[in-house]
Amino acid sequence: MRTAVWLTMLFLAGSIVRAQALPEPSRVISSNTHVVPVYRGFEAMAPLVERRPDTLHIINFWATWCAPCVKELPYFEELTRERGDRPLKVVLVSLDFRQQLETRLLPFLKDRDITSSVVVLDDPDANSWIDRVDPSWSGAIPGTLFLGKGTRLFREQTFTRNELHSLVDSLLERTP
Amino acid sequence: MKTYTLPLFALLFTLGSLTAIADGYEVGDRATDFRLKNVDGAMVSLSDYSDAKGFIVIFTCNHCPYSVAYEDRIIALDRKYRDKGFPVIAINPNDPAVQPEDSFEKMQERAEEKAFPFPYLFDEGQKIYPQYGATRTPHVYLLEKSDGDHIVRYIGAIDNNHSDPENADQHYVADAVDALLAGDNPDPDMTKAIGCTIKTKK
Repeated sequence: MRTAVWLTMLFLAGSIVRAQALPEPSRVISSNTHVVPVYRGFEAMAPLVERRPDTLHIINFWATWCAPCVKELPYFEELTRERGDRPLKVVLVSLDFRQQLETRLLPFLKDRDITSSVVVLDDPDANSWIDRVDPSWSGAIPGTLFLGKGTRLFREQTFTRNELHSLVDSLLERTP
Repeated sequence: MKTYTLPLFALLFTLGSLTAIADGYEVGDRATDFRLKNVDGAMVSLSDYSDAKGFIVIFTCNHCPYSVAYEDRIIALDRKYRDKGFPVIAINPNDPAVQPEDSFEKMQERAEEKAFPFPYLFDEGQKIYPQYGATRTPHVYLLEKSDGDHIVRYIGAIDNNHSDPENADQHYVADAVDALLAGDNPDPDMTKAIGCTIKTKK
């Protein structure tokens, strides 16, 4: 049943953005506005950060309780809303606590009207996976991975609007 | 021209992040002492503890949910290791102008609520955490006294499960202190964890 729901979602998502499928999640949580894949264990999500997609993927690690993350979130949302035909995809990887996904994350996504892809990484053994996202990452959030065909860049920082947009512009220009 | 400037840009970004990592201590380095104000108003330095064999220095704070999740475990570490010569020294590295929850007054409140048995110091002016290289809360530096110096023996996380202490099966800090007490080197001597950024004015 769970797989069927997910396949349907993939199909729907596929009709909008082809070939940008997310790895199959361990489970899915949903509200009347959002459907969010949950990866229990980093391994299930690993393809997302280990592949070299044709489209520039901007993978932001955040949580609703992280003030600097919430502050920069609107700039990532702008990238999604204003992307037009630019080949980019924003994925917001929530590190919210397991007990707060339904009570805190889903209402947050609804209140803020988040349109970027949101997934949850539920793997408390962070020492086992932080280096796989990027060895330069200390583990502080927010952190953002920029992943494209010829691009792999990790930034442990809170972006201003200008910093994020000019970095994305320069990365997109680099890609032929 | 453009084809050259853009890769250069990327290179500069990369160099920027490398510099960020290079700051702060690595295992084996000598850690600085400090003189910081405790929640009881007294000034505290490592040199005050003449009988200690070392210190479990933990950069932590009030507001960060990860720090809160570890409070009871930090208390337990102090209870277990203080008498064995490795007391906990907690330091709040955040600028309260950026995160008001981490003001000195709020630190005093939290220390009283939780009856912290260890000093909870305020890194006023944020002079100490950059020398250690702390990037997040909580962030542990295990120090061992050696010929009057404080040598860094372990850097990183407290254990491998922030959300559920019962299910942590790697107790990094406890294992590292046990190793030192047995005359061994901690293994691992460096781990990572998700945490809150240290709050500072840009």
